[in-house]
Amino acid sequence: MAQQTILQKLKLLADAAKYDASCSSSGTSKRNSLASGGIGSTEGMGICHSYTPDGRCVSLLKILLTNFCIYDCRFCINRASSNVERARFSPAEVVQITLDFYKRNYIEGLFLSSGIIRSEDYTMEQMIAVARSLREDHGFRGYIHLKTIAGADPQLLALAGLYADRLSTNVELPTERGLQNFAPEKRPEVIRKTMAEVRLRQEDAKEARKGRLLTKAKPPRFAPAGQSTQMIVGADDARDGDILKTSSHLYSGYRLKRVYYSAFSPIADSSQDLPLVRPPLMREHRLYQADWLMRFYGFDQTEIMEGASDEMLDLAIDPKLAWALQRRDLFPVDVNRAPKELLLRVPGLGTRAVERILAARRGTRLRLADLARVTTSVKKLLPFIVAGDWRPGGLTDSEHLRARFAPPPEQLSLAL
Amino acid sequence: MTDLEPAAMTVVRLDKKGDFAEWRAAARHLLAQHIPPHQVDWRGPDNDMSLFGDQLGAAPIRQEKAEGRAPTISLPRELVDMADHIICHRSADVPARLYRLFWRVQADRYLLGRKTDDDVHWARKMVKNISRDIHKMHAFVRFRHLGVGDDGRENYAAWFEPEHLTLRLGAPFFQRRFSGMNWAIITPDARAIWDGQRLVMGEGGQRDDVPDHDVVEQQWRAYYGAIFNPARVKISAMRSEMPKKYWHNLPEAQDIASLLAGAEQRVAMMQAAEHQTPNKRTEKWQKNAQAALADVLGGAGDGLDAPENLEQLGRSLDQCRRCSLHCAATQAVRGEGPVDAALMMVGEQPGDQEDLAGRPFVGPAGQLLTEMMAQNGLTRSDIYMTNAVKHFKFQPRGKMRLHQRPTAGEIDKCRWWLDLERQMVRPKFIITLGATALRGVLGPKGKLADLRGQVIPLSDGAVLFPTIHPSYLLRLPDKEKAAEERAMFAADLRRAAQHLAAAGVG
Repeated sequence: MAQQTILQKLKLLADAAKYDASCSSSGTSKRNSLASGGIGSTEGMGICHSYTPDGRCVSLLKILLTNFCIYDCRFCINRASSNVERARFSPAEVVQITLDFYKRNYIEGLFLSSGIIRSEDYTMEQMIAVARSLREDHGFRGYIHLKTIAGADPQLLALAGLYADRLSTNVELPTERGLQNFAPEKRPEVIRKTMAEVRLRQEDAKEARKGRLLTKAKPPRFAPAGQSTQMIVGADDARDGDILKTSSHLYSGYRLKRVYYSAFSPIADSSQDLPLVRPPLMREHRLYQADWLMRFYGFDQTEIMEGASDEMLDLAIDPKLAWALQRRDLFPVDVNRAPKELLLRVPGLGTRAVERILAARRGTRLRLADLARVTTSVKKLLPFIVAGDWRPGGLTDSEHLRARFAPPPEQLSLAL
Repeated sequence: MTDLEPAAMTVVRLDKKGDFAEWRAAARHLLAQHIPPHQVDWRGPDNDMSLFGDQLGAAPIRQEKAEGRAPTISLPRELVDMADHIICHRSADVPARLYRLFWRVQADRYLLGRKTDDDVHWARKMVKNISRDIHKMHAFVRFRHLGVGDDGRENYAAWFEPEHLTLRLGAPFFQRRFSGMNWAIITPDARAIWDGQRLVMGEGGQRDDVPDHDVVEQQWRAYYGAIFNPARVKISAMRSEMPKKYWHNLPEAQDIASLLAGAEQRVAMMQAAEHQTPNKRTEKWQKNAQAALADVLGGAGDGLDAPENLEQLGRSLDQCRRCSLHCAATQAVRGEGPVDAALMMVGEQPGDQEDLAGRPFVGPAGQLLTEMMAQNGLTRSDIYMTNAVKHFKFQPRGKMRLHQRPTAGEIDKCRWWLDLERQMVRPKFIITLGATALRGVLGPKGKLADLRGQVIPLSDGAVLFPTIHPSYLLRLPDKEKAAEERAMFAADLRRAAQHLAAAGVG
């Protein structure tokens, strides 16, 4: 076989990486290259440098070091038994492409992942070699996200966290049974131990920076943009309840910055027992909404599932509304008096709207017209709130409330 | 001045568009002379037409030089920053409206806080527009490589067409990011040049000033095509973030049409493809992977065969599925200490910290215990420390994991492990901390309140000292009560230490 060119490898190894949803380059330490005279900066919010026609942003160069893999995870295009064409970059090649792209302002940095070759440790070493070279040989100060290989030596994780802004370990499937069935070589306890290791190292690094002597140099940061993970949605029979439960364990146990949900997309040369249908994008969207409710709105998983049926979120309406329809005993909420925690639970009020309401109501009694200025959908609020000039009366308990929000049934649109 | 006399119009001619310094000097000058906004006629370099052209004929014109000695006038910092942005907007009425804002803020220091005010609302909207324009510049400028200079520095240039005159505000970002290379960004209205020393602004240019290709662009376009997932086409999301007006300067955007055209076919092909037989490598690789896995599992397969020593026990413990606690916990936490320890200390279950670290008694209660043991004649390193339940049971609450008491069933299932540890270590003395640990050792026989302080002989010849769990001491809010309980706990530890000493093993 003729030697693959860089271009051929890039196509193969980017194609293989696209099922990882994360492309975030935000939230790391602020730095630039003014003093070093090198290349790279991060300024808090990451920048999306382009968008592909699937609506997703291109912020990082997201590639695999190699798509050779000794694991045989059936949902994965790179599994050992797949007949996909294989390629492997050398660390130096990845470094070169990253710098070439970065200097042309195509990207914010690198998101490097890899199939498992030889062993977990060897694979991790290869990835670290890329990050180390970028940072030390080229003074690169842009963003680096490294996928950690679950089960790699803790010393390697320690090294990875020194070079990378973010580390991530994918849990892939929310339940142990799913993982056993679809990714027999992946051990959930090994994945969790890796995340625990990252959390402990982050906390140690923060402690060390707080407690340092003034005369000494600051101890280095450890993965300042935190750690994240991804779960595949719709490849196995896991319910939304399982998925969100796993998420809540991950957020509470390992202080993850994000859990990404990736609707399972049909892959070339896929395993026989996988659904080859359109990816469940709406389900993915509802899971993200539910995830937001857990992180920013004070909901816990069991509450969100009150609005679900058979442990699956309602696809027609958002999870907060679905919950509110089940918990009408808590409504209506008086926007002029209710505490923040309760306002956050009103369907149609986001965190920003709530902040604005809290600020605005100090001076005046809010009426519907005032609410129209802080939120986009007063109509959605109506059944759930009391305002200066509004009481919902029987609307809150109306049996047609769900129909008011849910999109019309299919037959109706066909008749039109 | 009366209503009958037309006010004298002051004409201000700005030489440069989007130049904040020039406009500010003029505005300060006007403010110092108390010239109200409706008496100022702002003119730009390319519109000699006045916004108030019809009034001009009637009013005597006084020419004002834009630059002049400006007396100091204090203005809110926030407004100055906003104006610095707004002046970049191409809209012709910007200088006049901005001046009205400056004028009004003289009389109303809190003007900017009045978000429902028309002028303020306008200004905030303009700032948002400009910020977005700058952000899009940071995202969509594409440098092309020009070569390497004699000094070894690489030279790059980009042609970009921002919606407004935002290069001045947008350029410092590129300076901070691309400090190590020389670059120029050329727009129709201005150019920014960085040579490693200084950032210089200059005249606008043309598309031809920048080469029309770059070798790396082929790679970039290949990457863009490969990272696109044809099964998730969502054009509206792309277009709202990357509006079409930017496409003609983005090399990758040339491929959007062909990617979209081929998307459906690619997905259909994937779905129609026959399932192929696994490739030949699979067997070999899987054998390797399974060997590695067996190694992790300690060779015991399901991990539930009775282990023969503590090390095997530790590895088997990780595979324990006797109850459901393993599903959420990070890891089973094995006991720690000498295999021939005379004293075994049994706690309840690992907490948050123990669960993360995989070691018993390293959290707050563990630290308190270690400290109090040392004070009362017990040396931690001589003692085998373990828990009645090996996995952490918790309830997630936001970013915290709240400890939950294990059920009797969970304690009893986990007793299998504790019994094995007791058989392997054969301690002469056991201290149980709390009710869970007591049940783990004694079974459902007695209550802690009744047994605490007693010395209980066990069937295997060991002696049991039941006491409370140190986390209880940490939970007591009442200081007096806490001190009292602490003293009692210390006495329990001391009594055990005395028994150990009496037996010649302390």
